[in-house]
Amino acid sequence: MIGRARRERRIDGPPLAPRSFDLTVLTMLMVLAVHAPHLPGWLGIGLGAVLSLRWWQRRRAPGKAPVWLKLPLVALLTLAIVTTYGTVFGRAPGAALAVGLLVLKLLETESPRDARVGIAFACFALMAALLFDQGLVATLGVALGLLPVLAALRSLEPAQRPLPLPRQLLPGLTLLAVSLPLTLFAFAVVPRLSSPLWGAPQADQTRTGLSSEMSPGGMTELLIDDSPAMRVTFDGPLPPRDRLYFRAFVMWNYDGTSWHASSSRSPTIETLQGRDRADYTITLLPTGRRVLPALDAPVQAPGGARMRAERVLVHDKPVDDTLHYRLVSALHYRLGDTLGREAALALQLPSGFNPRTLALGRAWRARYGDDTMAIVRAALDLFHDGGFSYTLAPPPLGRDAMDDFLFSTRQGFCEHYASAFTVLMRAAGVPARVVTGYQGGFWNRLGNYLLVRQSDAHAWSEVWVVDRGWVRVDPTAAVRPERVSLGAAATGGDGRPWYEDAWLQGLRNRWDIVNRWWDKGVVGFDALRQRGLLTPFGVSQTDNRTLAWLLVAGGLLFGTAGLAWAMSRRSRLDPAVVSLRQLERKLARAGVARRRGEGPQHYLRRAARALPGHRDALLALMEQYLQLRYAVDEPAGESLRSFRRKVRDFRAAGVVQ
Amino acid sequence: MRAALARLQQWAERRLPALTRYRRAEPLPIELHRRRIYIVPTGFGLGFGVLLLVMLVGALNYTNNAALLLTCLLGAASMTSMLLTFRALDGLTLASVRAGEALAGQPLELHLSFTAERARESIRVDVTGQSEAFHLDAGGEADLAFRLATARRGWLALPRMRVWSTWPLGLFRAWSWIYPEQSALVWPQPEAEGPPPQRPDSEAAERQLHRGEDLAALRDYRAGDPPRHVAWKASARHEGLLVKDFEQPRAHEEWRLDWRELGALDHEARIARLARWIGEAHAQRRRYGLWLPSQEIAVDSGSDHYARCMSALAVLP
Repeated sequence: MIGRARRERRIDGPPLAPRSFDLTVLTMLMVLAVHAPHLPGWLGIGLGAVLSLRWWQRRRAPGKAPVWLKLPLVALLTLAIVTTYGTVFGRAPGAALAVGLLVLKLLETESPRDARVGIAFACFALMAALLFDQGLVATLGVALGLLPVLAALRSLEPAQRPLPLPRQLLPGLTLLAVSLPLTLFAFAVVPRLSSPLWGAPQADQTRTGLSSEMSPGGMTELLIDDSPAMRVTFDGPLPPRDRLYFRAFVMWNYDGTSWHASSSRSPTIETLQGRDRADYTITLLPTGRRVLPALDAPVQAPGGARMRAERVLVHDKPVDDTLHYRLVSALHYRLGDTLGREAALALQLPSGFNPRTLALGRAWRARYGDDTMAIVRAALDLFHDGGFSYTLAPPPLGRDAMDDFLFSTRQGFCEHYASAFTVLMRAAGVPARVVTGYQGGFWNRLGNYLLVRQSDAHAWSEVWVVDRGWVRVDPTAAVRPERVSLGAAATGGDGRPWYEDAWLQGLRNRWDIVNRWWDKGVVGFDALRQRGLLTPFGVSQTDNRTLAWLLVAGGLLFGTAGLAWAMSRRSRLDPAVVSLRQLERKLARAGVARRRGEGPQHYLRRAARALPGHRDALLALMEQYLQLRYAVDEPAGESLRSFRRKVRDFRAAGVVQ
Repeated sequence: MRAALARLQQWAERRLPALTRYRRAEPLPIELHRRRIYIVPTGFGLGFGVLLLVMLVGALNYTNNAALLLTCLLGAASMTSMLLTFRALDGLTLASVRAGEALAGQPLELHLSFTAERARESIRVDVTGQSEAFHLDAGGEADLAFRLATARRGWLALPRMRVWSTWPLGLFRAWSWIYPEQSALVWPQPEAEGPPPQRPDSEAAERQLHRGEDLAALRDYRAGDPPRHVAWKASARHEGLLVKDFEQPRAHEEWRLDWRELGALDHEARIARLARWIGEAHAQRRRYGLWLPSQEIAVDSGSDHYARCMSALAVLP
């Protein structure tokens, strides 16, 4: 009686079983974990504390938290978010508020209904975490968060076999695995929106990456950032390492401390005469900027982008999502034909800065005259032999930064060298400009692509040489040639933490192939790629109409397969019985149906009487059936086969009245 | 609103029997199969669907493919769970129904026995407002007990029962009606009070003789008698020990209960009186016989005899 009373109470709803509550807490914990990277630290810790206190409290004595505790907590949460972010709207404050309310909802979760509502919104919160990071690891983390979700929903059903907690998570994994084919199909054919229905969220966090401004020492953070910047797949072989310069920004203006990217505003794009064409595709990870890095020197702008005068590619809108673009570049080229109005821009120097540097430049001009290449060589020799060294932790520079660098500290990295070199050239009357971008990268042999990291960011110079146009000069190479031949990772030397150990680095390089696959196959699967979905089947442009049809057809197909599985029943009938059923159907058509509860012997005798034409055949079949079923434990294969054959060949004429 | 719904259900049952109930009462065993299992989303399932839709639109709007993939995964898992909900009921068999014994007006114990080849979880059965849940191991058997209200004697048809499940995620609800072609016999309710049965005078005299014996019975001590039972005062005036005899069997006379002797009462009152007498006789462990227009039951005693007599009364027209 007591047992039944308890069971019935569980069916009606309240209270929530301890195991279900544990799983719900686990779900909330997962939500908190996937949101932890972008929540303020105190909020994450606070919510974690609330969660564990609630768990502990309910374990001791089930019951809702009192209202005098809940309301102040909600008010406190809202207040804290408003003071931190200034608003409750927007992506980050919205997510913080949602996660906070979800955790606080647990304070009053006492019935299965409450738990269901909480778990459903936990799904939403899990998805919201992907708005911040849609990388492979983050997505896997979120998918992992679905396991407690499914287990918690399962545990809310009454009367199930008691299982230990880890085994309760397993069925969810099986369910997800079984659902994977349908998932992938739906993912591939759900028509993507060509334009958003409402405003896409502004990227409100700062991304590390190249900026349109360069001052010596400004890139330090970037150069130790190992996150991928872009991946490049070449149609042909990998170009030689000393050609792997990806230009992003060209900087003309120098104000004494930093360089600024500004177009020369020249209406005509600098001419390009090139050879050694390279065809390649770049997968650019979100930068939040409009510039598209391109291998020196791009021939044409890709769709959705235009080319500035300095052969810099600019996208129509900021790159907030992974972007693919195809390019053609000339590896050996002559850039620019004549120098017009830009000459003044390329020689401009702020007055009153770096007197010693300017004097050195003028001295070279006096010595070498119009031999531009000799001046360039003099500068490179200075860097090579003048006691300069390459370091990512250079000493700070004063007001006359270039003087300090050239004549006292003599330590720095690409920015220092490019900047100093360009100032020297301008002082010597040689038109020059600074170019920033990426240089080198890691060649992933397994995936046949070039991985360019943020740490491959680089700065170099271009000088105007009469009859040769803009010529690239990389002064850093004079100091540290391996920066160009081996890449940034080989040159750091000092100040790199232990975890950037060589073999770890190798491991990360290999791991990157998975990331690349993810970025390319999943994150980058946009409307454009979807249109090419059916290309292997001869349909070059898959429009939304086709996709909708495909979705319906595939849905039906999957539905049919699923139903077939759901309705399948393993037949455990004896084959002899199956054959007898077949015979029964034939006889029923002839007018002799088996009655309820009638034994096979009686039935076949009756059939033999009703169908005199088949009398002997039916009696023989009856004998054989009885032998098969009742005489031996395992029916002999030959006898069974002959019985089945006879039943199959049996043709009954109509019943004789 | 409620009345309209009830009318709608009545209409549906009349016009579309296959939708609301599976035809009519059927013999056991009843196996659930695809033609009689219905499935709809639960309220929670509908809400979850709306949530998935919101997630889908959000993921598409923000061109966030990871979120889209996750939404598709949840949606596909929900669809798979629908198949699992169906499979929770498919192949489940109501193997036997066992009804207990009850007097009219008292609850009747009803035992349902379910079997299945595959293991089952969280199957629920509703019978006249009562709900029970059970799980089954592969090839196992589950026994559920319900209590049916009874009003009058005679055959009580078993009610239509609903077997349902929202396993595994509570997003879908599959159900099936089962209506076993079986009845339970409800015994007549005995009258509250009335005269004892008439008996021959000789028997009455015999009863007189026996009265008062309880106190007087003393007998010689036999080995094994408990010392508590020794009548010490009486033994002092006697050669041997005397023992108070409590175990003396009470000699009950046999009752011959006869339908014909109750001619003064109406039909149901006769049945109620006979039921009371049979109940009393059974409680007193008396031997009794019963004569009814339909049959005659010889003098006997015991539970089987009682059940036979009560059943005979129950099925009287």
